[in-house]
Amino acid sequence: MRRMCHFRDPDALRRFSVAVIGLAILWPMMQLAQFDIFALFEDRNLVVFSNFLIQFFPPNLQTSFLVLVLKATIETLAMATAGIALAMLMAIPLGLIITYSLSISRIGPASGHRIARLGRYLARMLMLFLRGIPEIVWALLLVRVFGLGPIAGVLAIAITYGGMLAKVYSEILETENTLPARALLILGSGRINAFLYGLLPGASQELASYTIYRWECAVRASVVMGFVGAGGLGQLMDQSMKMLNGGEVSTILIVFLLLVLLADYISLIIRRQLA
Amino acid sequence: MRKIAFSFQHVSFSHSNGKEALKNINISASAGESIAIIGSSGSGKTSFLNLIATSLRPSTGSITVLNVDPWSISKGRLQSLRSQIGLVHQAVPIPPRQRVITAVLAGRLGQWPLWKSLLSLIYPVDIAGPQLCLQKLDLADRLFDRCDRLSGGQLQRVGVARVLYQAPHLLLADEPVSAMDPVLSDLTIQCLLEDARTRDACFVASLHAVDIALKWFPRIIGLRDGEIFFDLPATDVSESLLEQLYASERGVLPKQGSANTSS
Repeated sequence: MRRMCHFRDPDALRRFSVAVIGLAILWPMMQLAQFDIFALFEDRNLVVFSNFLIQFFPPNLQTSFLVLVLKATIETLAMATAGIALAMLMAIPLGLIITYSLSISRIGPASGHRIARLGRYLARMLMLFLRGIPEIVWALLLVRVFGLGPIAGVLAIAITYGGMLAKVYSEILETENTLPARALLILGSGRINAFLYGLLPGASQELASYTIYRWECAVRASVVMGFVGAGGLGQLMDQSMKMLNGGEVSTILIVFLLLVLLADYISLIIRRQLA
Repeated sequence: MRKIAFSFQHVSFSHSNGKEALKNINISASAGESIAIIGSSGSGKTSFLNLIATSLRPSTGSITVLNVDPWSISKGRLQSLRSQIGLVHQAVPIPPRQRVITAVLAGRLGQWPLWKSLLSLIYPVDIAGPQLCLQKLDLADRLFDRCDRLSGGQLQRVGVARVLYQAPHLLLADEPVSAMDPVLSDLTIQCLLEDARTRDACFVASLHAVDIALKWFPRIIGLRDGEIFFDLPATDVSESLLEQLYASERGVLPKQGSANTSS
């Protein structure tokens, strides 16, 4: 007779304790953040809330204002696009430096890999510094240097997003199948070629869609920076808010939604092209 | 005496998990030689090839490849040494979305200046070269296809074509015909042997199928448990020696037919 063997999932306890620990951390955090969803639905709050929302109707569609919005929109788009382009200029070399699978000296490891490791460490620190400081702080700093106007916003986006893009680029490249790049390094190819011929064909779609998502974020970030005088839709919105002109604010918000929609659409087209 | 292609002096290699893959290997080979490495799975064939390819560094002992010690030279010289070593990998290392021509052209990335490889991404700088390599392997009609449209055996031949196009002094192949039928695998092996012979390169291939090794290669190295069990001319390899080599697989000799059905 065969003995029945009852196997237990050896990972069950570990998974269960991770879930418990997660909850134990999350609960006090919610308390600290004064998270109370029911406050939203109290009668008094509902009235305040709806009174606030009513100000936004109807959106201001006067031609003179729309012309202003159009100009500001173009400025915002230019700011976000220029910012992302500069950010990519920083992020591509940084990302390639810190990607382990493109490291030649790690094979073996060969001589000089300590120096290479130090280089990667410094690049990581630089990225941390760039993205660790919020773009609004960079913008406040840069406005003092360059004065009011979009250039401060562009540079603030370029600096912060350069750090973010570099980090995510290298993470995307690490998750790719690293064998093709390694095979190329073994046949004497350099780092840039190993990237272009070994990693990019598989990663291009993801890299492009993440970059476009960041462009979308840059459009929104440029608004916040407009509040500190960096121009674009943000500055216009700041003025409308200060004059308590809800109609104008809602027009600007509608433009925002359209811009995000546009970003989605561009992303879709580029992904299709690369597929 | 002929030029030494590679030599091992007391080479041992352990994986990072501590498992010892090769123990005290002493061997050398000269230019123009063709060598087959046989042995059961896990006997150290792939590690052996990767050590020659300078893809792995020996834990102890020293290696000379094309007359230099790869682990004591500068980064730049190591890179140019590597461009003279071609390795056909067991798992074909080609991105699925790459075109066949680009994958084959990539064989010369170690020899090209950067501007040439950048230009080649816009328009292939050499079309006739890759086509010739593919033609030898009966694959010329797939030149502009994407690699994910190919079958396993076809992709494996693209990997071989890349190394043919690279034209290295040291030609290494890790189970280069494991996904091919007997006719194509004979063609591919012949092609690699012919290429090595005409350019006076040294050719080392690890093979799962013993019959291919004995049929085509003059020198056979048998690896067992990370050690060289024998290193003999093909004519001196006896049936009983092979049975001892494959003792861990109950003495059943892996042949071409069985190799294809099992993998």
